[in-house]
Amino acid sequence: MRSRHRIWAYGDHVNTDVIFPGKYTYSVQHDPAALARHALEDLDPSFASDMRPGDVIVAGRNWGNGSSREQAVTCLVACGLHAVIAESFARIYFRNAINNGLLALTCPGVSALARAGMELSLDLDAGELELAGETLSFAPLPPSVRHIVAAGGLIESLKVARGE
Amino acid sequence: MGATFSEKVLARNAGRAQVQPGEVLDITPDVVLSHDNSAAILQLFGQLSQARVRFPERLAITLDHAVPPPTPQHAQNHAEIRRFVREQGIPHFFEMGRGICHQVHCEEGVVGPGMILLGADSHSPHCGWLGAFGAGVGRSEIAALWATGELWLRVPETLRITLSGRLAPGVMSKDLALQLIARLGADGANYMAVEFDGPGVATLSADMRAALVNMMAEMGAKNAFIAPDDVTWRWLETQLRRNRANDWQERLSFFREQALWPDEDAPCAGQLDVALDEIDAIVSCPHRVDNTQPVSALTGTRVDLAFIGTCTNGRLEDLAAAAEVVRGRRLRARLLVIPASSQVLADALDAGHLADLIEAGASIGTPGCGPCMGVHAGVLAPGEVCISSANRNFRGRMGQREAGIYLANPAVVAASAVTGEITHPANLLAEA
Repeated sequence: MRSRHRIWAYGDHVNTDVIFPGKYTYSVQHDPAALARHALEDLDPSFASDMRPGDVIVAGRNWGNGSSREQAVTCLVACGLHAVIAESFARIYFRNAINNGLLALTCPGVSALARAGMELSLDLDAGELELAGETLSFAPLPPSVRHIVAAGGLIESLKVARGE
Repeated sequence: MGATFSEKVLARNAGRAQVQPGEVLDITPDVVLSHDNSAAILQLFGQLSQARVRFPERLAITLDHAVPPPTPQHAQNHAEIRRFVREQGIPHFFEMGRGICHQVHCEEGVVGPGMILLGADSHSPHCGWLGAFGAGVGRSEIAALWATGELWLRVPETLRITLSGRLAPGVMSKDLALQLIARLGADGANYMAVEFDGPGVATLSADMRAALVNMMAEMGAKNAFIAPDDVTWRWLETQLRRNRANDWQERLSFFREQALWPDEDAPCAGQLDVALDEIDAIVSCPHRVDNTQPVSALTGTRVDLAFIGTCTNGRLEDLAAAAEVVRGRRLRARLLVIPASSQVLADALDAGHLADLIEAGASIGTPGCGPCMGVHAGVLAPGEVCISSANRNFRGRMGQREAGIYLANPAVVAASAVTGEITHPANLLAEA
């Protein structure tokens, strides 16, 4: 199934401090509206006000490096972001994305094609996306963690496993 | 065919004879680390309708990220954590002021050679300097670990870094770490284990090893490792006698049984040889750790605040290096010193380092993380410049988007506090 998404484009090595500033980490924890308000605050001040649910972020290498703070993922979930598609992810960020049901797709070559405001079309089943007239493929998740994403995150998957 | 340390320790935990990089294993860690974020983890744990933590003796909770609490919200977080610790009977709980979790766990023998630690903190690789396996995970994963005791981990590829020679006077392991990060990039070891070996390792003191392994998080490493040697065992015995008078011998024997060493013929994904003699003091410039310059290239750069502390460079040798530089001088920039633990604070007092620092004009903070992540205790104003012994200089990191952070070893930070601009300590010590 194909879906279309508007792009927010960013570069290499975007760190969790600019995605969700550390000064909020022990005061803004679970409230979705507050999380969404600070998303990308020190990277792109227009993002929180102008992004629309269903948009995607396309980024370069090492998206989400730095702190392990999970709000750097949950603030984007709270905004309704559909996916982060990057050349590569920092490892804790990748785990946090899976564990909170945020699509994190590793797609070599994507950042060179993407510009802010462009649209891409995404086919998760085929593992392909179309952008600027080109078709790129992205790696599937390891089978052992796919069920976590399918359940909507780690805590949700544990609830399912326990019949709660 | 030989195996790396990381392969061996994960295989043993998973009950396997051997494992290959890329395999995903279910791991039952020996230590599960969290700190002030335990309050948020509690809310996630609460969603699982499970009254008791699976292995309370494996949890280690330290109040360090915002201590003493700067707001009523932070104080309430701490109060909720204390209640949870009491209700669940968690033995490894460290109150505000004891120090930064990574340092305190080493001092208290919570973690040691051959053990596996998973932590809701990106500097969890720290304990690898003792020959342990430490890796950072997220808050949801810690909630799951509290409930089930186990978590999936991918066996990492290994980058082996072989050290030779010896660091020059005034050069510290921070400079080696920054050189490695500059050379390999902020993702140079992403998802990988970094294992140090070679004759240069023996020349590094305990404190220098801790800073080096700690900083590998800034290269993306999953974990980093130095094999236990005489330096390690002497340090551990001293700490255990000091902090675990009742069971220090049993604990030391346990560590000796658990310790694992990599095979020399273990295949590695990467190999790098570094001559320690060729390393000089360098500085990371705003706003990336891998954006480095030699100190000499930054002469004349104004400094408003100089900060010495954090899990990276807040230990006794760091404070000693700073004290030596500022002794008998007055400071042109503000100098904030926050020891990594209460033990470091006490030892620095005994050694006279604190007197040197205070007489020069430094202010001393409560052991903990301080302003490192911009929560409190020394955050910056717009347009200010900080030189820091910490680990990250990302935009906004110290609470203010329009501020610049430079990272350096503690002697460079102290020399810069003296002159009010970025300064190589050799320039000051030569005058004296």
